Amino acid sequence: MNEETLDEALIKDHKPAWRGGDLPFKTSYGKMMMWFFLITDTLTFSAFLASYGFSRFKFEDIWPVPEEVFTHFPFMKGEHPLLFVALMTFILIMSSVTMVLAVNYGHKMQKNKVILWLSLTILGGSAFLGSQAWEWGHFIHGDKGAIDTKTEFVVHIAQGEKLSSVYDLMELDKYSYDQDQQIQIESIINQLKQKPDYNIRTANKTYLSNEESIKYLRDNATQTILGANLVKNEYGHPLFADYFYFITGFHGFHVFSGVVLLIILLINVIKGTYERRGHYEMVEKIGLYWHFVDLVWVFVFTFFYLV
Amino acid sequence: MAENRKGNWWIWKVFWILLAITAIEVFMGILKVNEKLPEAFVYDTFLGLAWITHTFIILTLIKAAYIVMTFMHLGDEIKSFRWTILLPAFILVPYLLFIIIVEATHTITL
Repeated sequence: MNEETLDEALIKDHKPAWRGGDLPFKTSYGKMMMWFFLITDTLTFSAFLASYGFSRFKFEDIWPVPEEVFTHFPFMKGEHPLLFVALMTFILIMSSVTMVLAVNYGHKMQKNKVILWLSLTILGGSAFLGSQAWEWGHFIHGDKGAIDTKTEFVVHIAQGEKLSSVYDLMELDKYSYDQDQQIQIESIINQLKQKPDYNIRTANKTYLSNEESIKYLRDNATQTILGANLVKNEYGHPLFADYFYFITGFHGFHVFSGVVLLIILLINVIKGTYERRGHYEMVEKIGLYWHFVDLVWVFVFTFFYLV
Repeated sequence: MAENRKGNWWIWKVFWILLAITAIEVFMGILKVNEKLPEAFVYDTFLGLAWITHTFIILTLIKAAYIVMTFMHLGDEIKSFRWTILLPAFILVPYLLFIIIVEATHTITL
């Protein structure tokens, strides 16, 4: 027996299977590792959505109705539930399609087509990020305003059986009002006395009569809430806003990372890096990540906005 | 592998399917807000979830399957690799959901 170690002997005699020689899954190392990363990311996102489900089931009676929270559409007045998120979903699906087209032309080594479809994907991703910024802006600013109570469940202003807003009751302009100025509970009660058609809707969505509303506010109200932050929000339970910021924020950060990766990829494609390498596998790997971001959004869309 | 597939028609086919499903979901959501759907569909529950919620979840899973199997080409990978990717999600996610949702709906009566 010579000095050769077992390891060295194995390398000499066999093609080393786990040193990059063989492809046990008939897929390249890079693609396989991207898939493994995506599994871990899947589990992260499912943990977020599961914990959202936990809180929602725990506080089922007083949880906000998503269709009442996300109702705006740019340049359109009035309430348009779901329309804007539908547009965002469309943008992301569209950018997924342009990405898969880029991958397809990468297989065929058609550099110019890859450049075209990659650029459109970056455009789609940026449009999505812009939409998300707009959505966050509206969420933070708030829409209807609410009144906090001693039980920490917020109540909303209504007109009969229809949801109204603090701004309507107080005859204030929603967009120009300085939110740092507290609206006193006393003045809200005064307005309710003067306008008998207004009343409140409690956290578990029951409408009180005008007199009941005034009594309820006298006994329970602590302060008005305009807009949303991590501690208080006008939509309902504080956790609702926390999950909104955390889940859509984490997804948005994924989109942002994806756009950065795509820009680096585009620069390399233009420089001809993959032409020299002989294959466009990098487009495929980043494409996997990009489709995953779309996949997560499909679930966020359903569980955050739809149900 | 994807190279076998001629042309781009399959990409656009999947695109139209995804778009149609999303449109159906949004349409159902808007009908739900305007209370135009049958009450049994919106309020009657099965396993703790309303029928409409089940419908939304099934439609979402169909969309997810299309994205993973065609856009991400997992359908073109070999069987052992496919299951290596899918099984962790198929086992762990329902398990996590089961524990957490049971815990959420459990109320202590003193």
